[in-house]
Amino acid sequence: MSDASNAPLKRTPFYDIHKALGAKIVPFAGYEMPVQYPAGITVEHNAVRRECGLFDVSHMGEFFVTGERAVDFVNYVTTNDVPKLAVGQAHYSTILHDGGTIVDDCLVYRFADKVMMVVNASNAAKDYAHIAPHTAQFGVKLEDASDGYALLALQGPKAQEILQPLTQVKLADIGYYHFTEGEVAGMPMIVSRTGYTGEDGFELYHRNEHGVKLWEALVGTGRVTPAGLGARDTLRLEMGMALYGNDIDDTTTPLEANLQWLVKLAKGDFIGSDALKKQKEGGVPRKLVGFTLPDRNIARHGFPVFDADGNASGEVRSGTMSPSLGIPIGTAYLPTAQAKEGTQFEVEIRGKRVPATVVKPPFYKDGSHL
Amino acid sequence: MANIPQDLLYTEDHEFVKPTGDADVVAIGITDYAQGELGDIVYIELPKVGASFGKHDVFGTVEAVKAVSELFIPVSGEIVAINDRLDKEPALVNSDPYGEGWMIKVRLKNVAERDELLGAGEYEKHLGQ
Repeated sequence: MSDASNAPLKRTPFYDIHKALGAKIVPFAGYEMPVQYPAGITVEHNAVRRECGLFDVSHMGEFFVTGERAVDFVNYVTTNDVPKLAVGQAHYSTILHDGGTIVDDCLVYRFADKVMMVVNASNAAKDYAHIAPHTAQFGVKLEDASDGYALLALQGPKAQEILQPLTQVKLADIGYYHFTEGEVAGMPMIVSRTGYTGEDGFELYHRNEHGVKLWEALVGTGRVTPAGLGARDTLRLEMGMALYGNDIDDTTTPLEANLQWLVKLAKGDFIGSDALKKQKEGGVPRKLVGFTLPDRNIARHGFPVFDADGNASGEVRSGTMSPSLGIPIGTAYLPTAQAKEGTQFEVEIRGKRVPATVVKPPFYKDGSHL
Repeated sequence: MANIPQDLLYTEDHEFVKPTGDADVVAIGITDYAQGELGDIVYIELPKVGASFGKHDVFGTVEAVKAVSELFIPVSGEIVAINDRLDKEPALVNSDPYGEGWMIKVRLKNVAERDELLGAGEYEKHLGQ
């Protein structure tokens, strides 16, 4: 993350609202973001699982690709099969280095006349520098529109019911990982049925100037709980969804990270495809696994991991107490042969080795969208 | 602003020391400021009754969703009671840190150590409030 840099922190259009609500604000990916509101992470987490929560995720980066070969370009710089997307459909994907490791994970949206890539704020500059050199080859225009766009994620089983009265868009017609352009509370936006929580919900991409009015309309329903990055992290980890910088990074490949479903080697050449073919043929040395601990101490990001043979096996990648399950959960890389459900290994918590058990994510299995 | 009761003693590590009915026994926990900084507390690891600690030893840990913190004992002595309720209800430390969220009771080994603790005013100054 860019926390250590000296660049001034950016603020989203909702900064003053977060402050007024008493949120705890932290530097995150170059932005001042709310990690939690006074109600606390557990309350926010449960609101999303049971009713509806609202996240400011305006730090996310939006790239627009235009030109006749926009689809081909994005197909070349990402691993998933972009031509297979219908107009109005989106998918999850990864951007790779030539060596097959992950530059970033992203969402790809196919419009009639353009493609939108949504990337992690902490990686946006790196992503742009990585893919921009290939624009000439495809004759496309790449625009980083991040600074003009804000993003609110309305997440929870009640999201559709709460959002519908605010828009003419027929939300029931938008399938999971589909989107449409329309008005919400009288303002233009992209209404996308996507999320990072395992629950049903919508992500609303809009121009910065519409942000505050949109927030007020959503919270004004009286049925929406503002939720911060802390709850976003516990919700996504319960679903086993990867977080860049934790579970995946510049040293891990999608095949190692259980993201092979995002890699379409049959689609033709793309950045990183040769390396992945080689890794697939030669064997994947390690796999990202989910684990639980029998006791209640939490194995946190960075704690040492020892595989079933007692050998050092990197560090805990993500770790928290699952608010829904009441047990510690986490992720780590283990040698592929040990990545089976039920394998016992160890994590070191403050100098003490404790047993951990491999489980198959999602940890939480009752989400309204799995 | 964090609640800092006038009649308690404090450490720079955000533990409090509270008198009990027995002049040689004090109750210890973490301050309102500390619980606020930690956020939702999900697990508290406490020592066994009968264990002895020297001043500033680690006597346990507090796990919150986003952070973990070690607990430093403000005075030397023997553990004479632990708050069993915290095993099932760790959030008591969030809701009532100085009352139902107390953690341990310690029989003082050296009563003079109490004089080295911070008063409410000094702790408030330490927090920069």
